[in-house]
Amino acid sequence: MRQEVVLAMLAKEPSHGYELRTRLRDALGPLGDAMNAGQVYVTLTRLEKAGLLTVEKSDGSDPPDRSDRSDRSDRSDRKVYALTAGGQQRVAEWIAEVAWPRPDLAEFHLKLIAAASAGLADPLSIVDAQRRELLRRLRDAQRAAMAEPDRSDAALLLEGIVLRLQADLRWLEACEKNWTHRRSRS
Amino acid sequence: MSDATDTAVLRARGLRKEYGTGEGLVRAVDGIDLDIRAGETVAVMGPSGCGKSTLLHLLGGLDRPSGGEVTLNGRRIDDIGEKALARMRRTDVGFVFQAFHLLEELTAIENVELSALLAGRSPRAARRRAHELLEQVGLADRARFLPSALSGGQRQRVAIARALSNEPLVVLADEPTGNLDSAAILDVLQLFEKLHEAGQTLVIVTHDARIAATADRLISMRDGAFIDETHLTGGTTGRLGALAGLDD
Repeated sequence: MRQEVVLAMLAKEPSHGYELRTRLRDALGPLGDAMNAGQVYVTLTRLEKAGLLTVEKSDGSDPPDRSDRSDRSDRSDRKVYALTAGGQQRVAEWIAEVAWPRPDLAEFHLKLIAAASAGLADPLSIVDAQRRELLRRLRDAQRAAMAEPDRSDAALLLEGIVLRLQADLRWLEACEKNWTHRRSRS
Repeated sequence: MSDATDTAVLRARGLRKEYGTGEGLVRAVDGIDLDIRAGETVAVMGPSGCGKSTLLHLLGGLDRPSGGEVTLNGRRIDDIGEKALARMRRTDVGFVFQAFHLLEELTAIENVELSALLAGRSPRAARRRAHELLEQVGLADRARFLPSALSGGQRQRVAIARALSNEPLVVLADEPTGNLDSAAILDVLQLFEKLHEAGQTLVIVTHDARIAATADRLISMRDGAFIDETHLTGGTTGRLGALAGLDD
């Protein structure tokens, strides 16, 4: 995850490390489980070194009651993080930035072409294998989405995953049609 | 295709359906073997014209095969008489179609109870069962609506309730979401998940990936034959984060 994301999650107000992690967990739902607390801490340290964050030791008040008390041992939990002017500037730039991950379609496309032209494999079985994997993920994403309350932050993120997988599966359908057609011509 | 053929509710062996003759011969279903176990959800996917709907019709006794066998609960259904076949379709199989096929002049609850009445239940028992089912599909408050007053998703849920009316051994669904918008697809999806959890055996023919992804087992069909079979269970949740850009 980009440093700017962590920075922006602190933009609301100076916050404890545990508050930051709770915010991330609420926003990400089950996907947040895979997130590594140590990674967030490393990012916070980098942001501090870059002069984008200031860090203060907490006044000693304990984090509110939570079931997972072991989290309290994390060193960043009891510190209070605040954005510097530079940090606020960076967040504003990040918010205004238009970025989108580029899905690597060309790799798969060229795999089919190479497999067919060199006789390495049947492109249709490559499509089938890819579809199996995407459907497994779709199944998981869908189940995770249905387990979330309606309109929750996590449900919205999972819907995004479901929609992207559907788009990939539609493209596979187009690949299947096209390669079936090529085979019947040859 | 299955190792547990003994417990198969629905079984096909060497199933074939041909149309036309000579040069115009079309092998819509071309030698299919299939075993559906009790409680299993199986999706059959494939491009349009691959024969998946024809297959479903043969499995449910809506159509007669040109060759091969279909066995439902240990009983051959491909060669029984019309009357016995009609009885079997009423009591042992529930059908869900893309175009709903509700009777437009009957209310939602009348549509649902009709199957039970035709199967010989008392009016009182049929009405009670229909009430339960509408409740189950979340339409108890629409019981007295005509289909024309319901949305597409609601109509399909009524059709699913109707399919369950006689506690069928298997529910066969042919493109159940083909006519629905995405919100209604989600309703049907959740309903199928619920049926699956309740142990209903389901065979769904679809090209909708979302519906196919609810299945335990996915079969790909092309040119009248199965070309691939896969189990979707097994879990990949750890990798979902990557799809959201979370683990770089």
